[in-house]
Amino acid sequence: MNSEKVIFGFFITLAAALNFGFWTGDMDKIEFHNVWELAAAIVVSLIATVLKFGDRTQLGAVHLATSLVADVQLIAAAIVWSWAATSPAGVTPSEMATVVSMSAGALLANLVSVALMISEIITARR
Amino acid sequence: MNNVTYLFLRRMRVPLVLVISVYTISVFGLAVVPGVDDAGNPTPGMGLFNAFYVISYTGTTIGFGELPNPYSGPQRMWMIVAIYMTVAGWSYAVATVVGLLQEPAFQNALRRGRYARRIRRLREPFYIVCGVGETGTLVCHGLDRLGMRFVVVDSDAVRIDQIKLEEFHADPPTVVADASQPANLIGAGLMSPHCRGVMALAADDIANRAIAVTARLLRPGLPVMARVGDPHTDHTMGAFGGDMVINPFERFSTYLALAVARPERYRLGQILTGFPGDDLPERHHPPRGHWIMCGYGRFGHGVREALTKAGNQVTVIDRLHYGEEGVDVEGTGTDSASLKKAGIEDAVGIVAGNASDLKNLAIALVARDLKPDIFVVTRQNQISNTTLFEAFHDDQCMQPSRIVAREFLALITTPLLDRFRWEIRGASEKWAAELSEALSYLNGGYTPELWGVTIDSEHAGAVVEAIEDEHWVNIGHLLTDPYDHDNPANALVLMVSRGDGGAILPTTGYQLEVGDQLLIAGSPEAARKIELLMNNLNVLHYVRTGREGGGGWIWHFGRRVKRRWIKFLSRH
Repeated sequence: MNSEKVIFGFFITLAAALNFGFWTGDMDKIEFHNVWELAAAIVVSLIATVLKFGDRTQLGAVHLATSLVADVQLIAAAIVWSWAATSPAGVTPSEMATVVSMSAGALLANLVSVALMISEIITARR
Repeated sequence: MNNVTYLFLRRMRVPLVLVISVYTISVFGLAVVPGVDDAGNPTPGMGLFNAFYVISYTGTTIGFGELPNPYSGPQRMWMIVAIYMTVAGWSYAVATVVGLLQEPAFQNALRRGRYARRIRRLREPFYIVCGVGETGTLVCHGLDRLGMRFVVVDSDAVRIDQIKLEEFHADPPTVVADASQPANLIGAGLMSPHCRGVMALAADDIANRAIAVTARLLRPGLPVMARVGDPHTDHTMGAFGGDMVINPFERFSTYLALAVARPERYRLGQILTGFPGDDLPERHHPPRGHWIMCGYGRFGHGVREALTKAGNQVTVIDRLHYGEEGVDVEGTGTDSASLKKAGIEDAVGIVAGNASDLKNLAIALVARDLKPDIFVVTRQNQISNTTLFEAFHDDQCMQPSRIVAREFLALITTPLLDRFRWEIRGASEKWAAELSEALSYLNGGYTPELWGVTIDSEHAGAVVEAIEDEHWVNIGHLLTDPYDHDNPANALVLMVSRGDGGAILPTTGYQLEVGDQLLIAGSPEAARKIELLMNNLNVLHYVRTGREGGGGWIWHFGRRVKRRWIKFLSRH
């Protein structure tokens, strides 16, 4: 067992899992979406990005690209939420829908990342 | 992305993950620790956004104070933890970056990246010089004076440092690498379409041979010159082919024999291979008769053989090789006893050919003392000793490194010269003297420039076009001053090479054909003029007819119609 592979797989999967957990539920309902979960998803996604640095293969490059997409989407979601939360009206359902749809985009990127990881494992087994 | 970026990213993984973790713990903690309002009532935590704001300015040690409200005790306690954690995290990351920048491996990668970029961006003809000892440095200076770019490869870092301190017009890319490894030669730009030749001047023969073979296999047809000291390697065919391998000892002794036996031809050869703009070589007339040779190494063997062939008697003095066949007197030659024993009274010349400069000077001094009118030939090994040799006033001083450097430069920049020298190998002394005289006038008393031109659309577009239009272009046209038709240009066509044939010193009426290769000698000014008239149709028209021709295509068209009409009339 390779500890580097364990850590790598752990963070990739965790990023996708947290992202999914935040995204699931009605889009415009604030009570279905936890701000802490979003923050955790951002942090784990950032760590996953750093772990992908410095891999020279084609697969490694695509890995890094998907992670960067997830980071951009999640940070954009966090900025929108912070903006809405500090405004006098608070977070409205339409703003909440924007945040959740952005996290849905990040989820897509994270799923691609997981798919890449699995495909890598399968080709390695062969 | 290049090597350096990858190396940097890979090494920064751990510090960056650490910084992210430290921030996460600090921000999440500060967001939930309960606060206090102005009245002293407990409030919930400040939330993620505010916490991230506070940690951002705290972690970077900006420190705006307690925002948005004055903190409660637990919040302050958490801030203490956060401050130390974030500062430690950042410091570690910065220290890693600094350490990485100072690491020799990383700096090496940076240097190599810069070097590779410079080679890629070399968009003009360049040569690869492998090995920059004394000869290599001379070759570099020669190339620099000819306005050529070059790349320097040497496995010795000290030599590379020295070459960086030499003053060149254009800074050459340099690398510390073993040029006998194919990868390093490719890295130096061997596969680049702008690479014009490789010169193998490394210290050992094996490396030079490896360089020659690599270049031969990877870039067939590219001129390669290799210096090989092994007496059996010069002019060998096989993997090297042709005249690519120069044995400095054999060349040197051949030249010495030539200088003694055929001084005019030796002088002609020196003018042809000399650096353009240098003073012309002096005339020497070494006597024939009994010679004394001091030192019987590889060089001594060659000199003895060459002098004997030229009809001289040779007495050899050596201590180390005494007892071998050919050594007549045991001794060093630095004492009068051994010189007398070798018969200095009736000797006409002496060759001091040891590998040590001081020993050679000592021999020369003793010989002069015993017989003031003896012809002294010294071998100078180190350029730094030039002042000593100049002070002695020897009759002839030969520097192996200079001979090899000139030979390399002349042959690799003007491949036609080798053929020319082959063609004139049997020329008489009188012919050589006359040609030397003609060459010495070309560049106002200095060594003339020597260059080759191929009559093709790339190098002589106007000439090709004129020949295709059935005009006569002959040698005389090329040697006409394009600014004044009545003046000849300061140049001389030494040879026209056409397939296997051609002509040596063609007359002015010699007619050119497409595909001819010309070897021309002349002043730098003449070189520019000839290049102009070979590529500019109007200038060529002027030197051919002495009349200014119209420039536009409509005039050309009109003249072409007129010519056709005249031809048509003359046929019927």
